[in-house]
Amino acid sequence: MPMLEIRNLNTYYGHIHALKGISLDVEQGEIVTLIGSNGAGKSTALKTVSGLLSPRTGTVSLNGRPIGGMAAHKVAGLGVAQSPEGRRIFPRMTVRENLEMGAFARGKPDPADMERVFDLFPRLRERVAQKAGTMSGGEQQMLAIGRALMARPTLLLLDEPSMGLSPILVETIFGIIRDINAQGTTVLLVEQNALMALAVANRGYVIQTGKIVLTDAAAGLMRNEMVRKAYLGEE
Amino acid sequence: MDFNASLFIQYLIIGVASGALIALIALGYTLVYGIVELINFAHGEVFMMGAFLALTVVGLAGLNADSSWSSIVGVALLTLAAAMLFSALINAGIDRIAYRRLRNAPRLAPLIAAIGFSFILQNIGIYWLGANPVTAPTLLPNEYRAFNVLTEWFGLDTRIRLRLLDIGVIGITVPLLAFLTWFVYRTRTGKAMRAVAQDREAAALMGIDINRTITTAFLLGGALAGAAGMIALFYNNAARFQMGFRYGLFAFTAAVLGGIGNLSGAVLGGLLIGVVWALSDGFMKEYIPAWGAQWTPAVIFGVLVIVMVFKPSGLLGEQTADKV
Repeated sequence: MPMLEIRNLNTYYGHIHALKGISLDVEQGEIVTLIGSNGAGKSTALKTVSGLLSPRTGTVSLNGRPIGGMAAHKVAGLGVAQSPEGRRIFPRMTVRENLEMGAFARGKPDPADMERVFDLFPRLRERVAQKAGTMSGGEQQMLAIGRALMARPTLLLLDEPSMGLSPILVETIFGIIRDINAQGTTVLLVEQNALMALAVANRGYVIQTGKIVLTDAAAGLMRNEMVRKAYLGEE
Repeated sequence: MDFNASLFIQYLIIGVASGALIALIALGYTLVYGIVELINFAHGEVFMMGAFLALTVVGLAGLNADSSWSSIVGVALLTLAAAMLFSALINAGIDRIAYRRLRNAPRLAPLIAAIGFSFILQNIGIYWLGANPVTAPTLLPNEYRAFNVLTEWFGLDTRIRLRLLDIGVIGITVPLLAFLTWFVYRTRTGKAMRAVAQDREAAALMGIDINRTITTAFLLGGALAGAAGMIALFYNNAARFQMGFRYGLFAFTAAVLGGIGNLSGAVLGGLLIGVVWALSDGFMKEYIPAWGAQWTPAVIFGVLVIVMVFKPSGLLGEQTADKV
């Protein structure tokens, strides 16, 4: 049984039919990426999993348990953590308070978890008492991922972790995603930067205007002509 | 004419007392606005309900000015707790019945609902204690006493006279403000409230139950209004179904003056308005014979207009300020 199983999911944004019957699996221990252009429905898919959006039809199951349409705070309680698009850190809270909020679903924040986050992102240790809204974009992205890790998630949803970051920082962040996965966290990664995403992922799905048009092992997608043209910028 | 320092200090203390009272109410506006961006126009009436319950409880206890000190303090604390609980439940109840259903409706819908509840509560007030002012028993001595603290301790020439009443108001308000600050900044629920105020969706992703957190904000705001209701009852020795209007308006002004959504701003705005109120009601008369209490609302709103012109977000309402 896959850890996350999505079947024939249809989600609407108001009147816009954003997801048109997508199906997707994430197995325990994998990094799976969902790539596609702006507005294809990548974020909508993640929000439907985390409970910020309710599907109109179709199912979402976590370890066999239906979670489609469940309130977001309850999904978080089941061990699903999301680092949302645009970071969405709490700007007027300190870095430490942001990390504490990440552990909210688990009850008390574990100092060992915080140490682990600081080991992954030493920059956050230096800024621990700083108001999160005053940090740079890259630091905020680190905080958003670190905050999600504080929940000690079984499934980590990452929405555009490379957005707005310098190429060097993108390399760093993707290295850390690989480390997090190696430490046992299953990852569903949504990215516009298909090259980086496919470099770390085991498998990938390509989404176009709300439909999954292609799925394969990451290496296979990298060789695929359509993917190379549309998402890897080759002529 | 010479500046009368002792008179000024006396009015200043009265101002701080009534300002602390306004601050308690203003915090309710600002807490709720910070978290759901709604001006809760029923808040003044939630305050009035607290005063009415306090009056009823004290009446049932049969207290009067001749009761022993220990029974006055005991009943006062019991009454305070009852008024706080009562107003908290009314405030959270209104949210549960009306505002929660309108959370995703256009802004105007919950606003009109709030105005509606304000009238409903006023009518309940009329049904409860009638349309005329009802007097409260005098529990704290209302007369002025000379406390020559400045003379005795500092050898100053300035003699001040105080009412135990004003000191009592400050004595109840300060611990409540300290408790609220501790709650919002130190407890898990308080931090959840700040998180919801800053980014509701992100807070839900952390596992925070948004509706429960909003209910907590309404409970807290209501409890402070209930405490203020009881304090106002004994401060003015009277309660009336319309008392929530004037206090509510001043408290709302205080919240806006300090920067709506900002807790310290509400306290600062409340104190400022209280002091302006006291000075305009009494002190100014000493120097300008034509001055009187009838000018006070004009002065208070004049201050508001001036602050808004130069700092539209309020005194402490900056982008970096904490909303809840």
